[in-house]
Amino acid sequence: MVFREDFPMLNKDIIYFDNSATSLKPKKVIDKMVDYYENYGANAHRGDYDISYKVDIEYENARDEIVEFINAKSKEEVIFTSGATESLNMIAQGFFANIVEAGDEILITTSEHASNVLPWFRLANDYGCVINFIPLDENLHVTMENVKKSITPKTKIIALAQITNVVGDVRPIKEIAKLAHENNIFLVVDGAQSAAHMKVDMQDLDVDFFVFSAHKMLGPTGVGVLYGKKELLENLEPINLGGGMNESFDNPKEIYLKDLPTRLEAGTPNIAGVIGFGEAIKYLKNVGMEQISERERHLREYLVEKLVRIPHIDIINLEADSGIVTFNVDGIFSQDVAYYLNKYNVCVRAGNHCAKILKNSTGVTNSIRVSLSFYNTESEIDEFVELLKNKEKIMEEMI
Amino acid sequence: MDKREIILQHYSKPQNKKRMESEEYTKENTRNSSCIDNLDIYIKIKDSYIEDITFDGEACAISISSASIMTKNLNKKSVREGLEYIKNFENMLNEKEYEQNILKEAIVYENTKNTSRKTCAWLPYDAAKKILEKNI
Repeated sequence: MVFREDFPMLNKDIIYFDNSATSLKPKKVIDKMVDYYENYGANAHRGDYDISYKVDIEYENARDEIVEFINAKSKEEVIFTSGATESLNMIAQGFFANIVEAGDEILITTSEHASNVLPWFRLANDYGCVINFIPLDENLHVTMENVKKSITPKTKIIALAQITNVVGDVRPIKEIAKLAHENNIFLVVDGAQSAAHMKVDMQDLDVDFFVFSAHKMLGPTGVGVLYGKKELLENLEPINLGGGMNESFDNPKEIYLKDLPTRLEAGTPNIAGVIGFGEAIKYLKNVGMEQISERERHLREYLVEKLVRIPHIDIINLEADSGIVTFNVDGIFSQDVAYYLNKYNVCVRAGNHCAKILKNSTGVTNSIRVSLSFYNTESEIDEFVELLKNKEKIMEEMI
Repeated sequence: MDKREIILQHYSKPQNKKRMESEEYTKENTRNSSCIDNLDIYIKIKDSYIEDITFDGEACAISISSASIMTKNLNKKSVREGLEYIKNFENMLNEKEYEQNILKEAIVYENTKNTSRKTCAWLPYDAAKKILEKNI
């Protein structure tokens, strides 16, 4: 594959199947950040000299890339954060904490990642909201019917991942947004697992908030995005106050803040990270999101078709429209399988994958997860499947 | 038997693996923050002696086998002897000086060089140590 040579980590003689945890980074992204540190490493928002002016230009170019990538209406709707986790906490604490009332219901599912569960649990504990779970169907998917059934006159928020990190199902976000708005409900979407793997269009989906992390989409760690509709972000109280985001202040009663998006980006931002993120977005656009989705679906089918033929393998998510395959080897603890695979330089994740309440729905406490990316290959999958065919060999070598 | 066989034997047929509801037992949970190993250790102490020790839970081959061997070795020891045994095991894992003969089968974990597996081998000991230290 032509893309593989762009990724330095792919020359390390490993099979990297843990792309849902973090993606690998193309050389261009790394170089872009090194270029900042080596050639114009000044602070942002201080444009009195040339290199600082260049920082502002590059920083805002990255924002423009993202505005276009997710089809937001304007720059004001794209806030840089440290990642999806911080974005979700800002939404819960900065926006919803000011408007929820005791008894308001928040709808989530048992397959959400911890970062789309705990901020809502805290809101429920602090303000007397009630957490309800949309039931999952037999494939662990969210159906419109079940969303409809879960809505009550008290439902205020629906918070869902677009793609979940264990089951890998793609939720019908556009339909859910329509239904939510017909019932005066806010829809918050965790795009951490989706933004790198499918086309996401904010205006088409019509979600209220959407969050994602750069490091899962070929970009650096420590940077992410909080997207929100402008009229909602206007009412999002900054959690952090400080430099860069204030207009002026004299005393506690007279604090004037800047406009969006800067108002929500206090302190010196992760400049190198943001600039690198912009480069990652360019790279994704160049490969093409449709092509990425199609390639990953193909790789998943290729893998599943081979795994179902192995009698001692139980696939937990047979049906999923993403690159995620979750399974167990009958009678062997998932972590032991992962250690065995590690001996052959195969990187997979074992455990509960931060979805600690999913076991309530599946009855499975832990599993092995393969998460594929477009840069993975059929021959890597062949090698991987070969390693799993002989259960005795796994037992023999797992220690 | 080589080391691997000993580990596998204790994993497939662990000794003293049972949950103890009785109040005579002190229970201590032990889990690995980076993974899903999750064990409970139960110890019944009478007159500063370990009268019985068991474990239960879900964990990888290294943790389960280590718990099996540990319970076998700690049973009927005095609390002091038990802590001495645990100290020796800890020293072995950390490549410090230790007395081999006290550890018996537990020396199979001598080469858990991979640090994450070292954590697995140590997991049941962490809980047992906590219980014994409270009863010294």
